[in-house]
Amino acid sequence: MKKTRILVATVFAAIIGLITISADHIDAPAASGTTADITDFYAFQAEDPNNLVFVANVQGLLSPAATATASFDENVMVEFNIDTNGDNVEDLVIQAIPRDGKMYFFGPYAPSMTGLNSTINEMATTSEVAISSSSAITANQNGMKFFAGPRDDPFFMDFAQYGAILGGTATGFNDPGADTFAGTNVLSIVVEVPKSQIGGSGTINTWVEAKSKQ
Amino acid sequence: MKIYKIKYLAITIFSLLIISCNNNDDNTMAEIAVDFSGTFVQKDQMGRPAVNTVFVSAASKDDFNTTIPSEQGALFQSMFEANLTGLSPAYASAGDKNALGLDAAAFTGLLATDVLNVSLDGTTTFYDGTNVLTGRALADDVITVELLLIFGGEDFSENPTLSNDNVNENDKEFSTSFPYLASPW
Repeated sequence: MKKTRILVATVFAAIIGLITISADHIDAPAASGTTADITDFYAFQAEDPNNLVFVANVQGLLSPAATATASFDENVMVEFNIDTNGDNVEDLVIQAIPRDGKMYFFGPYAPSMTGLNSTINEMATTSEVAISSSSAITANQNGMKFFAGPRDDPFFMDFAQYGAILGGTATGFNDPGADTFAGTNVLSIVVEVPKSQIGGSGTINTWVEAKSKQ
Repeated sequence: MKIYKIKYLAITIFSLLIISCNNNDDNTMAEIAVDFSGTFVQKDQMGRPAVNTVFVSAASKDDFNTTIPSEQGALFQSMFEANLTGLSPAYASAGDKNALGLDAAAFTGLLATDVLNVSLDGTTTFYDGTNVLTGRALADDVITVELLLIFGGEDFSENPTLSNDNVNENDKEFSTSFPYLASPW
């Protein structure tokens, strides 16, 4: 009886594991399900073509009920990294960190050190926006736009079927497929920045990092 | 018991006095400083969608997340290639390529450095039929693009049941204006 229960629990956990890993949702043991778990990263030209938009989403697969109690972690800094000269090392960063109901933004600025460890340079351009609940509160500061709060998860995929294919219980996708992420939310950070502040023209390399206070 | 109550009461009154004082000081004092000190250490990172999930072996996922992008290629490309050829029959024969004209080694060489390439000169999309890897827009069907590049072979015609998940759009519409993402459920 106990063994059966454990087995059932294990299989169930494995299935949930398969279903919930995607885009970057819950991608690795140390980050999974924590407040430092990045689910997705987007970078695209803004409505105003002189601007670029960065989106970082964390804490995926939030049900509407879970969304009401979800919050950004004050010990986690989300850092947008921008490489303007093609060496895949960040030349500029935009850092976002919450404090007491507001999301603070630093940058874009050239960090004093690159790589795995970061500090915040409080002399850098500083902006802030109140963290939204259901309706969006946005801020325009220093020529940029800012948002932080829950949003519908923009990611879409039939991840359950992908898991079934990898697990050997299905041989292909269904048509139509079912969006595993339908009806779920994430916590989003959105920054719109003038292209002139992040290289101006050409191609940049970008990535997002979640960093925990030591 | 009584002493505690008195203490609490005293603290409360004292706190109220302090708050009142602050309220009365005509904003001559600077805003209370917010503490941003400390060192922040990397836990998770992401460039292109689904890369860590699909191409990194289970035991190495944390390592990949805590390796800086400029060092990822050298450390992870061979693992990416082994996982790609293990997953997809589209690279089984010598000379097999995907629709970008990349063989398994070249494709995983591109992906192992997990950064998102973004154009500052126009259209930004993961792939729209014309532009390739110039950004990632909200509505881009990135999973189908990746499945096509993994399973679809030279002309997207191979392994049709594996190269499209048939979920082509989000469950809510995006806005054309800031903050672009749809309201939460």
